Amino acid sequence: MPKTIAEHPALADKFNQDEERVNWHDQTLWWVRAKRDKAAHTLPEWEELRNLASQIKHNVLANLSEYLIQFEENALKNGIQVHWAADAQEHNAIVKSILQKQGVSQLVKSKSMLTEECHLNEYLQQEGIEVIDTDLGERIVQLAEEPPSHIVLPCIHKKKEEIGELFHLHLGTPAGNADPDFLTAAARLHLREKFLTRKIAITGVNFAIAETGEFVVCTNEGNADMGAHLAEVHIACMGIEKLIPLRRHLGVFLRLLTRSATGQPITTYSSHFKKPRPGQEMHIVLVDNGRSRQLGRKDFRNSLKCIRCGACMNTCPVYRRSGGHSYHNAIAGPIGSILAPNLNMKDYADLPFASTLCGSCTNVCPVKIDIHDQLYKWRQVLVQEGYAPAAKKAAMQGMAFTFSHPAFYRMAGKTGKWFMKTTPFVINNNLNPWFKQRDMPEPPKESFHDWYKKNRQQNGHA
Amino acid sequence: MTIGLFIPCYVDQFYPKAAIATLELLEKQGLQVVYPFNQTCCGQPMANSGFAHLTQGCNNLFMQNFKDVDYIVSPSGSCVLHIKDHLHAENAADEPVAHHIRKRIYELTEFLTDILKIENLKARFPYKVGMHQSCHGQRGLKISQMSELVAEPFSKPEKLLRMVEDLELIELSRKDECCGFGGTFCVTEEAISAKMGKDRVKDHLEHGAEFITGADMSCLMHLEGILRRQKSKVQVKHIAEILNSYA
Repeated sequence: MPKTIAEHPALADKFNQDEERVNWHDQTLWWVRAKRDKAAHTLPEWEELRNLASQIKHNVLANLSEYLIQFEENALKNGIQVHWAADAQEHNAIVKSILQKQGVSQLVKSKSMLTEECHLNEYLQQEGIEVIDTDLGERIVQLAEEPPSHIVLPCIHKKKEEIGELFHLHLGTPAGNADPDFLTAAARLHLREKFLTRKIAITGVNFAIAETGEFVVCTNEGNADMGAHLAEVHIACMGIEKLIPLRRHLGVFLRLLTRSATGQPITTYSSHFKKPRPGQEMHIVLVDNGRSRQLGRKDFRNSLKCIRCGACMNTCPVYRRSGGHSYHNAIAGPIGSILAPNLNMKDYADLPFASTLCGSCTNVCPVKIDIHDQLYKWRQVLVQEGYAPAAKKAAMQGMAFTFSHPAFYRMAGKTGKWFMKTTPFVINNNLNPWFKQRDMPEPPKESFHDWYKKNRQQNGHA
Repeated sequence: MTIGLFIPCYVDQFYPKAAIATLELLEKQGLQVVYPFNQTCCGQPMANSGFAHLTQGCNNLFMQNFKDVDYIVSPSGSCVLHIKDHLHAENAADEPVAHHIRKRIYELTEFLTDILKIENLKARFPYKVGMHQSCHGQRGLKISQMSELVAEPFSKPEKLLRMVEDLELIELSRKDECCGFGGTFCVTEEAISAKMGKDRVKDHLEHGAEFITGADMSCLMHLEGILRRQKSKVQVKHIAEILNSYA
């Protein structure tokens, strides 16, 4: 699907036209958030774990180049072929070159948000290479020709009836059958055939361990293992921030990851890949794609601690009511909104504003990324870089003037048109957005200032 | 001890009753309360919209108004948080004043519980009340525990409401979900803001609220707009009005 750049408010408005669907989406994700709470509250040491994870990641980011070199050395010793990609294009080209060497034009791929970020599927498709996503949710959105709307629950925006319809069209299941067990069984049969016939498997990487040169892939469906174990060539793609220093650190992250993501104590499969089995080729592609630039932005470097659990999305009241696609970026939600402007400020200037700064994202983040503070900081950067709409800029200048001049402020208030004068962008619009679904506050007969003057002036600093 | 009363712009213009209740409540505690006349806005609408660089005028004015008081108290958690986090002086020489203000500014309910440590109130409000925990007060100023964190629950505003005779505090399904006001968010992201507000109102209505209260008038203004559009009889009242009432 071609990347569409539309502003978050417009896309969210569209999503909100079907209120029943918004309610369903909101409740489904809230249910996941509630499961997360339950799982977190079973561990009295939860907040300590978050601290520890955050500190380990801090160490990784502070010494990233050394850990990367250590990881490469150990991976090479293990017989893994290591590739470095500066950006998405290089990543895609490296994958293609491995495929070409093998003379293969079909492959299976388990879940990898990095490949989504790099738009690998579209790229390979254009090169005439067929990619089958093997994560069930990913396969569903792939059949629907849509990007995932959530990093952990890629088709959370789809109802089972819609999935039944898709499977009917693409996999030949009976029309009208939306039974989840039946559909899952159908998908399993369909995917099994792909696993058995594809020679190359791509997986993502959840954690890469510098100490050992191994990597860990977490799935609930075992699809990464099916792909990687059956394939002659295993290509693992990872962002350079996925590193952790020591194997013993892994327990900290595995305990946090799935509790935060889905409320499970641990993923069903946490598979370690250390070396290719005899006769197999194993590749790892280490991708920067803007990460070192983000590392250099002091205010935003913490965003690289992200372990992609999706908890910030599930808890985000805005995400729950706008849907993942409204973020028009591979990573949606609060974390996506601080990662995306690093990739392209112009295209993603709307995202840091798609938040009420309620701070719930920061509280659920298992690695304690100061997400809502970074959203605030991005707003300042984006405005300074000139990405604010002209009308908003004018309105803000008007407000700043009014609020800096008390007499003017009071006069504006007294005329009863305070709202219009100080925030003209609210009113100067055919459809006053405040009034569309809400009544305006009723102006009282006098301001507090005037009341005070009448009643308490003797105490005031007149 | 002199208390400087900070009444944010929209409270001054639209909700003088909340401001009067705040003043009277503080005076009832035997405090000397002054209201500097030249106050306007804390600057948050600009800062949260990415225009923090336009807030120096507000900062200067705020410092001028409140430099001489011992504490600053305000019926708006959100504005208090903005001052606490972002007020700064134009010149290094004035920074101690900014520092003093940042340290000495309190949201009303936290001032009553943490500084005055009040244990009882002469107030009566015989209604079912829903308490909307505003995000900036809750997660920013930490006036109540947050459902995401693994820690003991507490709530400063609820502690005060429990001192009010005959007031029945209702439970909510989502006790600390954002109402969607969000400052300029309420107009720039109108669809989501309104939907969040509707959902927040629904939670209160489903649990039988007759009044919705909170420590932040801005969230209440948003919820009030939705209630009125729905022709609901349920009213919003700032927590100061309830703590100051004897019905």
